[in-house]
Amino acid sequence: MSEAAAPRLSRRRLFEIVGSSVGGAAAYRVMTSLGYAEESPYRGPIKLDGDPKGASVVILGAGLAGMTAAIELERAGYAVNVLEYNRRAGGRNWTIRGGDVFTELGGATQTCAFDPGLYLNPGPWRIPYHHYAILDYCRRFGVALEPFIQLNHNAYLHSTNAFGGKPKRIRDIKADYDGGVVELLAKATKKGALDEAISKEDQEILLEALRSLGALDHHFRYRAGAASAAHRGYAKDPGGGLGAEPVDGEPIALNDILQSRLWRSLRNFLSYDFQTTMFQPVGGMGRIGEAFARQIPDRIRYGAKVVAIRQNDSGVVIAFEDVGAGGTLREVKADWCVCAIPLSILSQIPIDVSPRMKAAIDAVPYASAVKFGLQFSRRFWEEDERIFGGISYTDLPIRQISYPSANLNGGGKGVLLGGYTFDGPNSYEFTAMAPAERVRRAVEFGAEIHPQYRAEFENGISVAWSRVPFTLGCAGDWSDEARKAHYDDLCQIDGRIVLAGEHASYIPAWQEGAILSALDAIQRLHKRVVAS
Amino acid sequence: MRRVALCAIALIATAAAGAPVGAEDAPATNRAMSRGWEFSEQGGASLFRNVCAACHQPDAKGAVGAAAYPSLASDKKLVSTDFMLSVLLRGLNGMPPLGDMMSDAQVADVVTYVRTHFGNSYPGAVSPADVSAARRRATTAP
Repeated sequence: MSEAAAPRLSRRRLFEIVGSSVGGAAAYRVMTSLGYAEESPYRGPIKLDGDPKGASVVILGAGLAGMTAAIELERAGYAVNVLEYNRRAGGRNWTIRGGDVFTELGGATQTCAFDPGLYLNPGPWRIPYHHYAILDYCRRFGVALEPFIQLNHNAYLHSTNAFGGKPKRIRDIKADYDGGVVELLAKATKKGALDEAISKEDQEILLEALRSLGALDHHFRYRAGAASAAHRGYAKDPGGGLGAEPVDGEPIALNDILQSRLWRSLRNFLSYDFQTTMFQPVGGMGRIGEAFARQIPDRIRYGAKVVAIRQNDSGVVIAFEDVGAGGTLREVKADWCVCAIPLSILSQIPIDVSPRMKAAIDAVPYASAVKFGLQFSRRFWEEDERIFGGISYTDLPIRQISYPSANLNGGGKGVLLGGYTFDGPNSYEFTAMAPAERVRRAVEFGAEIHPQYRAEFENGISVAWSRVPFTLGCAGDWSDEARKAHYDDLCQIDGRIVLAGEHASYIPAWQEGAILSALDAIQRLHKRVVAS
Repeated sequence: MRRVALCAIALIATAAAGAPVGAEDAPATNRAMSRGWEFSEQGGASLFRNVCAACHQPDAKGAVGAAAYPSLASDKKLVSTDFMLSVLLRGLNGMPPLGDMMSDAQVADVVTYVRTHFGNSYPGAVSPADVSAARRRATTAP
């Protein structure tokens, strides 16, 4: 997931408020009247006005980009055909459930042994509230959503090199880090260090603001007491009846927090991409791909491995191997082509496009990522540790443990996301292991944070994206230089071919990028078709 | 610079302690895993086994799906050290520039290892100085 800047938040939030009270259409009118609509990358359901006069489009790839194009073009009157390598729709929008079989490159096969109702989303797993397009499609296609819990103050931050390797509650680190830093700032203010920066009057306001922000006491100190306990919680929580008085906890010293580097993980809760509210589909991310596929019954041909993409003045010809028929070579002809094949695959397929577009196709490395789904005999994180959803971050190679956001406090078995690496050496090192070894290591690492792992682990599955046969990687990993040199060339309509997918967006590795890319591509394509 | 992923906090591997849990095909000792954003493996064999094999497979014969990871076994292209260094330092199509996460000595070791194993027997070891020079070319080329 790339780091996105966070401009315009306040205006977006205003529109959120309007949207929630009077509906999306009204929100859009408000946006338009205020002149901000051009800043929204998604403007509601696409309208492709004009008669395509029966033009045909072949769409390569039945992921969210390809299916978005297929659904909308068919509605606009095109004859559409989709070729998909897998035996299912969705692409990286994918949920693995009990009984599912997955064979990775190299031939290792895993059969998921999860109990009914439990799942792993090996690819996308959370949807930001500002990803308007995918949220709109979920509403239109009847995909039920529920909150995805990104921030849980009671989950952990963990470093093998800090606090004796013992995990710390996020609320303790957050409150004590804020309190410690704010106390320093208050001290500096009172010593006159800010006299040249702000007026005396504003310094008085600042001190009050700092007291509120950092839970400082009346002497502007961050100490054990009622003020700090109100942020960080208690050593003994308040109760009822006799002996119910709470006991304040002792804050962790600022220098210990600084040395621990645990503050690094706090940005996972600050960044625009991960701010609340986040969503997930009920029952797994794959519900979205399934819902898209239901919109275009009989339009997707599965088991089709594209091996050549040809075009001339009169149309496109796609050559593909019929995987289910022993690789028999077949062809599809159409007037136009929307190609939503990942660049890691497309760069190896002969394609008739300009040298500039071909250079762009070849210019994007694909990130390596690994995810683990681990089933446990009981939800010890809820029962023992009162962790309901959210994510613990660690400097162990597994990097994070995510707790299920659904079926909270219900008991029974559960599946944790037992690790999620994105780029970096550990992604390759995990990928290079056999699946059983990956899972075994993820359980060993996780047990350093949750010792219950050792007794409660039942079964697990791992997906290493560099060994996923239909992508050969996780997502387009644009460098700034490559984007500057090639991005516009990648997104052009080249004769009768246009590309779509997260790789053709500024939201790489997110489903929103795939959908917005497809909508933009077909709008431009449609204009050309209607004009011709 | 490649953007650093948000979830990219620094990594620290733990010591390989404790007996393997259950898995039948588990090796006797755990493989070490890297700290931070540079590979800690030393020597061509270890680097190949823990890095290259992720995609090119432990036998270096590659794999085929919707597209392919090329085989590096008995590979005539590997006669060119310039080609190999370019791939490792600049990437190729979907392959990231993995040499960015290795020292000059590591890149030299793994290139030499692949050129002398898996049915390849090209003479002439690649030196760290060769890698350093190639790195300069990789960063100054357009």
